[in-house]
Amino acid sequence: MGVVSPGFHGRPRESSRRLPPGQYETHDFPVLSAGPTPRIDREDWEFTVTTETGDRHSWNWAELTSLPSESPTLDLHCVTKWSKFDTSWQGVSLDVLLTGVETAADFVMVSSYGGYTTNLPLEDLLDGQAWIAYGYEGDDIPPEHGGPARLLVPHLYFWKSAKWVHGMRLLTGDEPGFWESLGYHDYGDPWREQRYQGD
Amino acid sequence: MARTAVPGRLGQEGAGTGLRWRVATLVERRAENATASTLVLDVAGWPGHLAGQHVDVRLTAEDGYSAQRSYSLASAPGGQYVEITVQRVADGEVSPYLVDQLAVGDPVELRGPVGGWFVWQPGGTRPVLLIGGGSGVVPLMAMIRARRETADSTPFRLLHSVRSPAEGYYAAELTSGDPGLATDFLYTRTSPDGWPRRPGRIRQEDITAFAWPPQTEPMCYVCGPTGFVETTANLLVDLGHDPDRIRTERFGPSGG
Ligand SMILES: Cc1cc2nc3c(=O)[nH]c(=O)nc-3n(C[C@H](O)[C@H](O)[C@H](O)COP(=O)(O)OP(=O)(O)OC[C@H]3O[C@@H](n4cnc5c(N)ncnc54)[C@H](O)[C@@H]3O)c2cc1C
Repeated sequence: MGVVSPGFHGRPRESSRRLPPGQYETHDFPVLSAGPTPRIDREDWEFTVTTETGDRHSWNWAELTSLPSESPTLDLHCVTKWSKFDTSWQGVSLDVLLTGVETAADFVMVSSYGGYTTNLPLEDLLDGQAWIAYGYEGDDIPPEHGGPARLLVPHLYFWKSAKWVHGMRLLTGDEPGFWESLGYHDYGDPWREQRYQGD
Repeated sequence: MARTAVPGRLGQEGAGTGLRWRVATLVERRAENATASTLVLDVAGWPGHLAGQHVDVRLTAEDGYSAQRSYSLASAPGGQYVEITVQRVADGEVSPYLVDQLAVGDPVELRGPVGGWFVWQPGGTRPVLLIGGGSGVVPLMAMIRARRETADSTPFRLLHSVRSPAEGYYAAELTSGDPGLATDFLYTRTSPDGWPRRPGRIRQEDITAFAWPPQTEPMCYVCGPTGFVETTANLLVDLGHDPDRIRTERFGPSGG
């Protein structure tokens, strides 16, 4: 336990079984981005998976949205401390997108329109754990929240769920992405409070 | 998004140690306006920081419950003490405690510095455009102070949007006339008497009237409530500023 702050009681709280350590629940949907919101036309949108041998698999907007989709309800945990419960999304599971992709890679570098990148182990994107989402609460995803399409990997801090997702490179070795090379944790498990390097 | 920031900045205490929680002691409190105060903190073993970085502050109740929030560092790097400026958010869990309750001599836990992207370091070649909404001026002030402390001559401009003249921050210091720093204010609700601009949220003409044109390629730092940052960054892009030269920090849902 930390040093007690004299006279601090905190907000009355219910059992916070779903709240990872150091997080608080918010009903807003705050925004974390390092720069301006990029403008992406759906007509030009494309998502490309590039394997470690250079094979490319691409989907345009019509192709993505005609794949079988899922409607997961997810809890989100941002490294800036807010958590948001029961958000509903529509998107394509990465299991579907990666089915026909031949790879021996263990890692993935996700890239976004605007230049953002983030790294993950490939296994964290499989088995129903991750989606390329294009719908939020029954509507399009607002641009500031990553529309037209974003990655969702809700079991990791939300910076791993790249907004404005554009592609994925499958890699045999791990490399740091944008925040990861600025001192944020390589993996980012909110339940182990892996916010920064060394946590 | 060119990667010219500070790699591994947070790992500077050595691999494996990470960012430790440190116990800081409140040395002094200075009111900035009716809702915000600067807290001067003595942090034993502070590793130093860059202008624009923030700290995580943790409060712990007697029953062990704790709450964390982020606060930008307001002070220039290298001082004896570390300063943050906190605005009281009505019904907030942490900010009212920091602004109203934490007493001089009380301990408070923090860890940092955090964030290697929204930073400015002396010696750069680009002019610097700072646009802040409300308490979003805090990390921008750290940049202005870092520039002053190092006698850096990079041209700086600060545009600060506040509700009314009574809700300014660092008012005396900002109007004291740093050479090469121009400061202007926007009022969203109430302007001073005779102010030429009618009160209202930031608009394109505010930026064209005050900011450098895109051709001069300034580094732009935009900070404040999410809506303010979204609007301002979009206006800068509309005016032709390269998104790679626009760095943003979003503080929270509303206000400013
Ligand atoms: C990187 C970073 C740096 C920051 N730097 C600063 C700083 O230098 N100074 C500073 O004062 N704050 C700063 N903030 C915001 C700060 O972390 C807290 O979010 C803020 O103090 C509110 O916390 P709270 O516990 O008092 O309110 P909470 O209990 O979290 O919120 C209470 C209610 O107020 C709303 N709310 C939350 N924040 C705001 C806001 N800013 N304006 C209006 N309503 C709000 C919430 O939606 C909620 O309904 C920063 C945030 C980030 C992410």
